[in-house]
Amino acid sequence: MAVLSFLDYERSVARPGFSRWLVPPAALAVHLSIGQVYSFSVFKNPLLALKAADGTLWSLKEIGYIFSIAIAVLGLSAALFGKWLETAGPRKAMFVAATCFGSGFVIAALGVTLHSLALIYLGYGVVGGVGLGLGYISPVSTLIKWFPDRPGLATGLAIMGFGGGAMIGSPLGTKLMAFYKTSDHPPIAAAWVTMGLLYFVFMMFGVFTVRVPQKDWKPSGWTPKPSQSALISTHNVDVNSAFITPQFWLLWIVLCMNVTAGIGILEQAAPMIQDLFKGSVSPAAAAGFVGVLSLFNMAGRFFWASTSDFIGRKPTYMIFFTAGAVLYALLPFTGTDHLNSVAFFVLIAGLLISMYGGGFATIPAYLKDLFGGYHVSAIHGRLLTAWSTAGIVGPLIVNGILDYYVAQHIPKQEAYPVILHIMAGLLIVGFLANLLVRPVAERYWVKTTIPVTVGGEA
Amino acid sequence: MSSKIDEEKKGSPMLIALAWLLVCIPAAWGIYNTALNAMKLFR
Repeated sequence: MAVLSFLDYERSVARPGFSRWLVPPAALAVHLSIGQVYSFSVFKNPLLALKAADGTLWSLKEIGYIFSIAIAVLGLSAALFGKWLETAGPRKAMFVAATCFGSGFVIAALGVTLHSLALIYLGYGVVGGVGLGLGYISPVSTLIKWFPDRPGLATGLAIMGFGGGAMIGSPLGTKLMAFYKTSDHPPIAAAWVTMGLLYFVFMMFGVFTVRVPQKDWKPSGWTPKPSQSALISTHNVDVNSAFITPQFWLLWIVLCMNVTAGIGILEQAAPMIQDLFKGSVSPAAAAGFVGVLSLFNMAGRFFWASTSDFIGRKPTYMIFFTAGAVLYALLPFTGTDHLNSVAFFVLIAGLLISMYGGGFATIPAYLKDLFGGYHVSAIHGRLLTAWSTAGIVGPLIVNGILDYYVAQHIPKQEAYPVILHIMAGLLIVGFLANLLVRPVAERYWVKTTIPVTVGGEA
Repeated sequence: MSSKIDEEKKGSPMLIALAWLLVCIPAAWGIYNTALNAMKLFR
């Protein structure tokens, strides 16, 4: 369609004079929107209270699947559509992401109105999930192309937005439901239609603003330095070849272990602090603890990804895995039975969550170092299946152990040291995987002539 | 030099500031709300 020709790759090539500093806000507009998924829990209780015409109610488990489907589809769509994104360009991919994410809300709102859980799964879970996956990876390679001098900072900025999205989505959802309740509208459905429209418009700002650099563009005054590390490749690897390298699967383990360990805290943050400090932390204070973790999560994404530009990606993950394992092992000792220090507990948990966020934000630059910038979004998309896996494995470990302790009538607080020490063990597995990462063998390099710069991209 | 180093004029600082403002305002609102919530831990 001619009207949509502005989405074509050629139309999104930057004209002379375009500032690269307009690209991070475009990426942020997308990530701040799709990050809403992590605030989905604000709709749980209203959905639980929603009665069908015959008086039936949904169970917590049924409602829990909405979020799980969305995250699973995020990983799948990022893996499936990553290669298409590399040829279609970021603008078209962001447009599809905005359309899917926005319309997902509207379909789910129809599901609420008709009391159809299947429609909610389809809307928010499947259609919205495709928006999440495409939106998550769409700005990555573009940012790396615009910031060959600081790829960690650039991708860290965008992925920080995903952490911040929940902070916007949570109060927005709550306030919209409260508003529609007082104005005699169905609160959840009306809030979701409004959010779908608002997020679509906000993401369209990203669609219109994003540009790809002209071929051979370089930042003013920047000359590629000779590589300081063998892990920073001067060659490109295409997505299919990358998928069969040991490096891809080692990084898959690195991401999966880091995320699984982080979920160990995030999943149980509020009950954990209340159980470890029985009687001294109120439910309101526990909710405050979740807020503190969100701030550390967001800040960690920017801090660690930017730091990795200076100290390197492999050493950054070494810090996550060594310091993380020690901190996880120490965390149970801050409870009432030992140090009895809430402040120490919050500080350690905050540091751990900053490294959880940092792991997400640093991985695109690590991929770019190893595989070049040629297919980095597509490779990143496939690597995100590690996130989907961790999203299933992490809660399974935590809830499985907690359920066992409850079934055996053992106090729940005695389960936390076991859980946290398992998380420390997972980080040691991640440490070993990271230790084994070596430069990609020559046989995987792209043979055709693709212009490459050291620390740059195709 | 064959590469197109951006020797041309830079983008409008006003436009860049506006773009950043557009994303920073909702982000700041979200951080403010989260910080308010986090304060409950210290009361």
